[in-house]
Amino acid sequence: MVQAKTPTTKLDAELARRLLSQMVLIRRFEEKAAEMYALGKIGGFLHLYIGEEAVAVGATSVLRPDDYVISAYRAHGHCLAKGADPRRVMAELFGRRDGLSKGKGGSMHLFDKSRNFLGGHAIVGAHLPLAAGAAFAVKYQGGDQVVLCYFGDGAVPQGEFHESKNLAAHWKLPVIYVCENNRYAMGTAIHRALAQTEIWRYAETYGLAGEAVDGMDVLAVREVVGRAVERCRREQAPSLIEARTYRFRGHSMRDPSAAIYRTKEEVEREKQRDPIGLFRERCLKDGRLTEVEIKTIEKEINDLVDEAVAFADASPEPPLEWLTADVYRE
Amino acid sequence: MSVMTYREALNMALREEMQRDPRVFLIGEEIGVYDGAYKVTQGLLKEFGERRVVDTPICESGFTGLAVGAAMVGLRPVVEMMTFNFAILALDQIVNSAAKMYYMSGGQYNVPMVIRGPGGPAHQLAAQHSQSMEVYFYHVPGLKVVRPSTPPDAKGLLKSAIRDDNPVIFIEAETLYGIKGEVPDDPEFTIPLGKAEIRREGTDVTVFAYMGMLYRALEAAEELAKAGVSCEVVDPRTLRPMDIETMIGSVRKTHRAVVVEAGAGFAGMGSEIAAFVTENAFDDLDAPVERVTGANAPMPYAKNLEQAKTPSKEKIIAAIRRVCHA
Ligand SMILES: Cc1ncc(C[n+]2csc(CCOP(=O)(O)OP(=O)(O)O)c2C)c(N)n1
Ligand SMILES: [Mg+2]
Repeated sequence: MVQAKTPTTKLDAELARRLLSQMVLIRRFEEKAAEMYALGKIGGFLHLYIGEEAVAVGATSVLRPDDYVISAYRAHGHCLAKGADPRRVMAELFGRRDGLSKGKGGSMHLFDKSRNFLGGHAIVGAHLPLAAGAAFAVKYQGGDQVVLCYFGDGAVPQGEFHESKNLAAHWKLPVIYVCENNRYAMGTAIHRALAQTEIWRYAETYGLAGEAVDGMDVLAVREVVGRAVERCRREQAPSLIEARTYRFRGHSMRDPSAAIYRTKEEVEREKQRDPIGLFRERCLKDGRLTEVEIKTIEKEINDLVDEAVAFADASPEPPLEWLTADVYRE
Repeated sequence: MSVMTYREALNMALREEMQRDPRVFLIGEEIGVYDGAYKVTQGLLKEFGERRVVDTPICESGFTGLAVGAAMVGLRPVVEMMTFNFAILALDQIVNSAAKMYYMSGGQYNVPMVIRGPGGPAHQLAAQHSQSMEVYFYHVPGLKVVRPSTPPDAKGLLKSAIRDDNPVIFIEAETLYGIKGEVPDDPEFTIPLGKAEIRREGTDVTVFAYMGMLYRALEAAEELAKAGVSCEVVDPRTLRPMDIETMIGSVRKTHRAVVVEAGAGFAGMGSEIAAFVTENAFDDLDAPVERVTGANAPMPYAKNLEQAKTPSKEKIIAAIRRVCHA
């Protein structure tokens, strides 16, 4: 893999604090969501992002607020990193009226237009052409925003992956495809789905810039996506980035973390490379943050997430008239 | 007879048909190593091996098209859609390849295949994962469409579907996988496609319903019986070809009809049934055919809205009362 070189980005204390806070926020939010699922406050499918936080946080940290992000159904982290209000995200998971999508979308369909977050999409592969379309619109309108599209390794065998790569490269669309390769699509290990398992290599075939990055290293992700953003803004050259990561939990809350398809030992081994743990250590070692500062961050985030739960719980159910509203725009 | 779940009945049908016919193979996502996302194919990889239980990458259009090709050249594929919502990705292969092959080849190439998996509303799975997909398929000449509501039907109809020489869309329901019933052990037990079943006899009104809605309609019938309204509940089982004879026969007897369906009403199953009842039994009708359908909206996530989306027992009862003036 193209390992992260020594990050060129200067790591000042402010940046370190921001990156760590966001990763801790996502982690804590997800842990809380799992608790709420167990209590029956959240229903349906719930896919947690625990273990993969460095990808969303590293990638979003090099975006501007007016850049676009689009994702699949494991999208809480992407949405929070893009700046969505955790209270409204939690309310959406609760299916309440103050949720981002008025409680109509749920965990898999978070949308936040105010943050240019183009949504969570639950059909594997479907949002990849949408990302190309958003980039097409940016270019059409003469803008300089980029579109960042997260997707899983499971989407790579899907036709829409290949179609959108070709369109993006052929028409030079300002889009960055970030594959979160966590090595499994549900119970299917990547080598059981792909003859070419080095996903970034598809870039060359289609004519995009391609790079692989250690997705457990938030600074490495930041560096690699930073380069892609540069390319996009400067020459409207799209990229395909493969971020190598791992999900610590099951595919969804219905799937135990180490089922038939992977061993407990493997999961435990990967947890040794916890992206938050790694970054924490690094900040302490470099003297960017002190133990006390980190504790303060964790405390603040805990409170924030508790507040999100309280907010969601207090939010009323959507009124019944909303069932048939928003089908057509009048 | 053995008491088993709907899921086990499906599993039994698959196993028996694979034992019976070496041309039958299973293909789909997570059906082997993972034993099926909903465990319908549990144990079959172990028993039949990788040659006949084929795990695929996520590429519905690809593996469905592959199955059509294999069927043209002598095999009898059973394709699993992890959920039928994903069959939309394979719609081109189903509609343009599988359904039309026999016709456009002038009867040279038939496509004996089954596409099966759960469909319809489940528990808060939201807009993209809760669709009643049968409507997308039964419009298409060349396809047969089955919706089995009970464990014995699950077994008997799936076996007939696998033995059929045409592409058969076989849509199960996640919410029914756990229900139990008596299922014949006989490996030659089948239920012919295109035969409706009278689930409850009655004299005042015919209620057509299948899958989850069948059970709700039966509850409504039970309650109305106490009020002196006698409902005949008919389960079409196969939506195409539809057993018009049995269905019309029932309406001729009761003179009234109500159709219940979980999906949105516009151009739904109820429209079709209402049309052929009117065409075939107009003079027997004492009231217009009523449809009780899901709201014309995508499935919302919020629990209360989700509940409001599909027809409730109360709505079914109200419709029956309206046509019976009771
Ligand atoms: C078209 C389609 N097929 C199947 C599914 C069922 N499904 C949901 S998630 C998933 C696995 C996807 O894995 P990956 O893309 O690697 O994402 P990850 O869950 O690892 O984040 C599958 C098969 C789906 N949602 N859409
Ligand atoms: Mg994956």
